[in-house]
Amino acid sequence: MTTDPSIDPSGTPRSGSRERILARIRAAVADAPDAPEVTRDYLDTHTPDSTMVDLLAENLADYRAVVHRTDSAGLAELLRQLLAEHGSRTVLVPPGLPPSWLASADPTRIPDREESTAQELDEVDSVVTGCAVAIAETGTIVLDGGPDQGRRRISLVPDHHICVVRAPEQVVASVPQAMPRLDPTRPLTWISGPSATSDIELDRVEGVHGPRTLEVVLVED
Amino acid sequence: MSGTFVGMPSFPRAAKEAVHNKTLRDNLRHATHTIRDKRAKAVAELADWAELREAGKQIKDHTLRHLDRYLVQLESRVTEAGGTVHWAADADEANRIVADLVKATGESEVVKVKSMATQEIGLNEALEAEGIAAYETDLAELIVQLGDDRPSHILVPAIHRNRGEIRDIFREKMADWGRAAPHGLSDTPADLAEAARLHLREKFLRAKVGISGANFMVAETGTLVVFESEGNGRMCLTLPETLISVVGIEKVVPTWRDLEVFLQTLPRSSTAERMNPYTSTWTGTADGDGPRTFHLVLLDNGRTDTLADEVGRQALRCIRCSACLNVCPVYERAGGHAYGSVYPGPIGAILSPQLRGTQSEIDASLPYASSLCGACYEVCPVAIDIPEVLVHLRERVADQGGKGHRVEKAAMKAAGWVLDHPGVLGAGERVASRTRKLHPSKLPGAGAWTRSRELPEMPAEPFRDWWKKNRKPKSDGKKP
Ligand code: SF4
Repeated sequence: MTTDPSIDPSGTPRSGSRERILARIRAAVADAPDAPEVTRDYLDTHTPDSTMVDLLAENLADYRAVVHRTDSAGLAELLRQLLAEHGSRTVLVPPGLPPSWLASADPTRIPDREESTAQELDEVDSVVTGCAVAIAETGTIVLDGGPDQGRRRISLVPDHHICVVRAPEQVVASVPQAMPRLDPTRPLTWISGPSATSDIELDRVEGVHGPRTLEVVLVED
Repeated sequence: MSGTFVGMPSFPRAAKEAVHNKTLRDNLRHATHTIRDKRAKAVAELADWAELREAGKQIKDHTLRHLDRYLVQLESRVTEAGGTVHWAADADEANRIVADLVKATGESEVVKVKSMATQEIGLNEALEAEGIAAYETDLAELIVQLGDDRPSHILVPAIHRNRGEIRDIFREKMADWGRAAPHGLSDTPADLAEAARLHLREKFLRAKVGISGANFMVAETGTLVVFESEGNGRMCLTLPETLISVVGIEKVVPTWRDLEVFLQTLPRSSTAERMNPYTSTWTGTADGDGPRTFHLVLLDNGRTDTLADEVGRQALRCIRCSACLNVCPVYERAGGHAYGSVYPGPIGAILSPQLRGTQSEIDASLPYASSLCGACYEVCPVAIDIPEVLVHLRERVADQGGKGHRVEKAAMKAAGWVLDHPGVLGAGERVASRTRKLHPSKLPGAGAWTRSRELPEMPAEPFRDWWKKNRKPKSDGKKP
């Protein structure tokens, strides 16, 4: 129950401010010149297709993500190794992660479940996810909550995130090329390097709240 | 709690204090120059920067022209996606809506991701008055909040604090707010960040209510967007059961595709990165992922007044990148606090007097807190002609006060402050002569004030000498 008189019990606002603000906007722009449709003379890409995957690797590394390159056949062994090197005893697994990826990994699998508390997630050592799209020019991976990525919080709370990108299918050159491949009705998380702050004398420090270590595995066949 | 801006001295008085604080000045100078140089490099990577800037300007202008239509569209999309939309005409109404929503959850604490809109309306103080503790979770905001201080930069609110000061604040204050600073905390940035991580994680993991702003809202889809670096935003946006976002009505853009422009220009302009570490988008609520309840509070609070001003409305294009602060010779010396508002620097000098009106001394003095050098305009990714708006607002200030009027005195003091700082004016003139027709060949209080006094047009360099000779000393013999 809400105590706000401007909100009725079903949660619908009923204050007069909506109409007042809209009326004020209409009055404010009544004499304004017409605003034409937007001209989009900017480029669709700044990168030749042939160099896209290399550029992605370079820009990810520039943001202090650790980049690995392998093929489908080498993926399971690489993931086993990365988890072992990190000393992980537990790994969070999204519901639709291809089982073959973690076929050789040692850590105990923790499924991504809605009822897990944030405190429980905080106990997990690593998380492995796929991604929806990766953007070469900006060194960005985008997660859209798909079956191989899971809920937003699983790539946030654990301190170590390994993200698998299938190249070149999931790689685009630029931001304008990424937009049409993403569905805005799903929650999206764009990640460029590990969590970072420059708030103290502009010195960059990794891992304030999000994972301190981001490893990106580019799988090229 | 961070202080409010009520009773702020006018710009020149606050600025005068700031320039005497050497630590502050050095910290600021280091920071602004570092970001400035990095930004130029990040921008130079994109051959189509000018076109992106033009598109950004056009998107915002088009949206503002049809703001009613896009807000209504946004409202229906957010509602369809399971959110609830509220409209707040002013700060009091927004604060009351948020406080009531929090109370309805039965909670007495909330976690917040840095939001200029909530700072603008004094939400933390309003919540505190209702017995609700609001924890700022951005590292810099934490520093500011623990230090009982005010933010001094849009992007790096604690830019005025160095590592030693931050360590002292953490050691002394963290325990009062939750988990204490680790024993023997050093002043290395990594250790300080780790202390903040531990202190805040405790709060994130138990938080039931999150409060945010948003960088953009997409009318076509009802999507909200937050850009950040640390992950505190992601924590606040995804862990709590209830999310309340307070967003200025000018933050809407028409289409999903429009974001492709700002996703390229905002990070490069603000942190000089190709992309900020984290960007989150959400559309209403999502099944089993993130908050179950989402409220969007659309805030006017002076924005429709600003929209009604045909010259000044361009300030509403601002995407809060803070690039204009980092190039401003006045900001560099005066610091953010001198502007007496959550919006410091050049954008603050035009936005605050429009949102709040020009009746107070601080707001009347802000349009004069500039050398009109034009560097802010050059750097602005949405091409806001800040000098043009400054001159326009000077006319408004001049029109409302007669000679000797309180606001005119405040305004003239601010102009005097700029003129008294040759470095400020000098830096301005160099850029001005290179870049703009708004060269201060007249007193940098162009427009009505100068016209009414029939100042002869004169070149900028001799003007300072003229000013020194001609201004009347105050009765105490000090400079005005
Ligand atoms: S006025 Fe322009 S440069 Fe300044 S903060 Fe706003 S968008 Fe950035």
